[in-house]
Amino acid sequence: MKIKALDNILRPKIYVPLILAAFLGAIPSVTSNSYVIHLLIIILFHAVLSESWNILAGFAGQFSLGHAAFFGVSAYTSTLLFISWKTTPWLGMFIGAGFAVASSLLIGFLCFRLRGPFFSLVTIAFGEVLRLLFLNWGSLTGGPVGLLVPLMGDSPINFQFLSRKPYFYIIFIMMLAVTCVTYKIRSSQIGLYFIAIREDEDAAQSLGIDIIRYKLIALAVSIFFTAIAGTFYAQYLLFLHPDSAMSLNFSVEIALPAIVGGMGTICGPLMGSFILTPISEFIRALLGGGYAGVYLIIHGGILILTVLSAPSGILEKIMKSYEAALKKMPGG
Amino acid sequence: MESVVLAQAIVSGLLMGGLYALISVGLTLIFGVMRIVNFAHGDLMMLAMYITYWMFTLYGIDPYVSIVVTMPVLFVIGSVIQKTLINRVLDAPQASQLFLTLGVMLVTQNVALLLWRADYRAIRASYTGSVVKIGEVFVGIPRLASFAVAIILTGMLYLFLTRTKMGKAMRATAQNREVSMLMGINVPRMQTVAFGIGSACVGAAGTLLSTFYYISPTVGTTFTLTAFLAVVLGGMGSFTGAFFGGLLVGLSESLGAVYIATQYRELVTFIMFILILLLKPSGLLGKSRV
Repeated sequence: MKIKALDNILRPKIYVPLILAAFLGAIPSVTSNSYVIHLLIIILFHAVLSESWNILAGFAGQFSLGHAAFFGVSAYTSTLLFISWKTTPWLGMFIGAGFAVASSLLIGFLCFRLRGPFFSLVTIAFGEVLRLLFLNWGSLTGGPVGLLVPLMGDSPINFQFLSRKPYFYIIFIMMLAVTCVTYKIRSSQIGLYFIAIREDEDAAQSLGIDIIRYKLIALAVSIFFTAIAGTFYAQYLLFLHPDSAMSLNFSVEIALPAIVGGMGTICGPLMGSFILTPISEFIRALLGGGYAGVYLIIHGGILILTVLSAPSGILEKIMKSYEAALKKMPGG
Repeated sequence: MESVVLAQAIVSGLLMGGLYALISVGLTLIFGVMRIVNFAHGDLMMLAMYITYWMFTLYGIDPYVSIVVTMPVLFVIGSVIQKTLINRVLDAPQASQLFLTLGVMLVTQNVALLLWRADYRAIRASYTGSVVKIGEVFVGIPRLASFAVAIILTGMLYLFLTRTKMGKAMRATAQNREVSMLMGINVPRMQTVAFGIGSACVGAAGTLLSTFYYISPTVGTTFTLTAFLAVVLGGMGSFTGAFFGGLLVGLSESLGAVYIATQYRELVTFIMFILILLLKPSGLLGKSRV
């Protein structure tokens, strides 16, 4: 077994991403520019979300447009537990993820009989129902006023830090975790079942795959990582509002890096986020708050261009030359 | 007293339902002819609302007059969107079609947000707020007039689809694209015109709606989903189904608002949508096609 693991690590397919990840992880020890670190945090945050979405949409072929709602469920759960019972968000994160996964499984169980655009439509409807409930349930969620996370200063036990670096490492580890899980799924039998369902549901069923069961597994894994990113968001921004954290626009934002980078690939959503997030952040910084929607125009434009010119992702070609380069690396 | 409340809710529900019907027959026409689920439908309506608003605010043109402008303009916008974008994904996987119309939605909404800000606007015409009393029930004049125009337009579209040669060709395209092509029907042209007509319908509805409804860049999304609800209720692609579906949605929203709570009006729509999709995805009113 040990020799096999050593063997694996000598293959460029494994060691090149590890080296890249190590470089990325080392950036905060090289620079102390807080804007650079903030930008990396936001990039990784969107990468985590899109990578999670990709498990359900890219691999299992179920295009959810309600992910933001479950993101919000988890963010609100951990924050409310923190406010009312001083529960540490480290624990609240997993309680929130539990709530989000449980509610998504209930909804998924009901909705997975629907296919194609109907599934997407019903996830939008469910997302809107949850958003409106949170918006109108003011006594619990603060409603349209929003919810402030109480400031604790530099308090690692409460998931709050004055420096940005700890946040960077937390989201970095989340990114590694979701990527490793995706990699595991991709190379296991479950992954093959997912792809079979995506390619032809009827054929998959006739081969004896329990399609509802495997769709639910994909959904649970996908929502779990979306949900823990939700608590991260709450702890990093320290403010929650149903219209920003749970909106349809945010669901689309979650999906976008994966669509642009390449759905059903492991690195596509990550690369998509490294391209899209800096664009939107720079536009936001350049134009200020008054032009809040401009980056969404650009996102919409990129989405249209991707669909028309590179339906399997802008980065497919980059990925191909990347894989060709891998073959030339030592051990390849 | 109780029966007056009920009658009031039924009347205002049906009046709103007439507009939903017009929006929904546009959507079902597009779906029927192209099998495209257009997420930007409500946002085209929003564009028409702003055109109406600016024509009224800048030049004092009455909304009911400006309908002769918004309908052709929206027809052109719709045709251009179909020709340049939709046309290229007609044979693509459903995911591509979905993302394309989502992209159009994002761009339209946020261009509007950039140009006109997030402020809620409303048209204040001389007849805004005026009501007529029919029996015990109060009816807003703009609502009544808009309902009437919407029903007339829907009827005209029905006549177009059933009585004219072009309408019949369009229905044939909806039934079977390949056979229609063999019969000498210019299918790509039908598809462009169908998208144009669908957009003109939702444009007209936007103009009619703006006489009594607020206008904002994001007003469209709810209407897109409402129209989908009506279309699914009536059976995807069915004209009469979408029409009655629209009326039914208006009615149940209004009853829901009276008997549950006003702020949950949208919630009622979404929950109905979910229930219908889950319980009877083939629609309540049969399956006849456009």
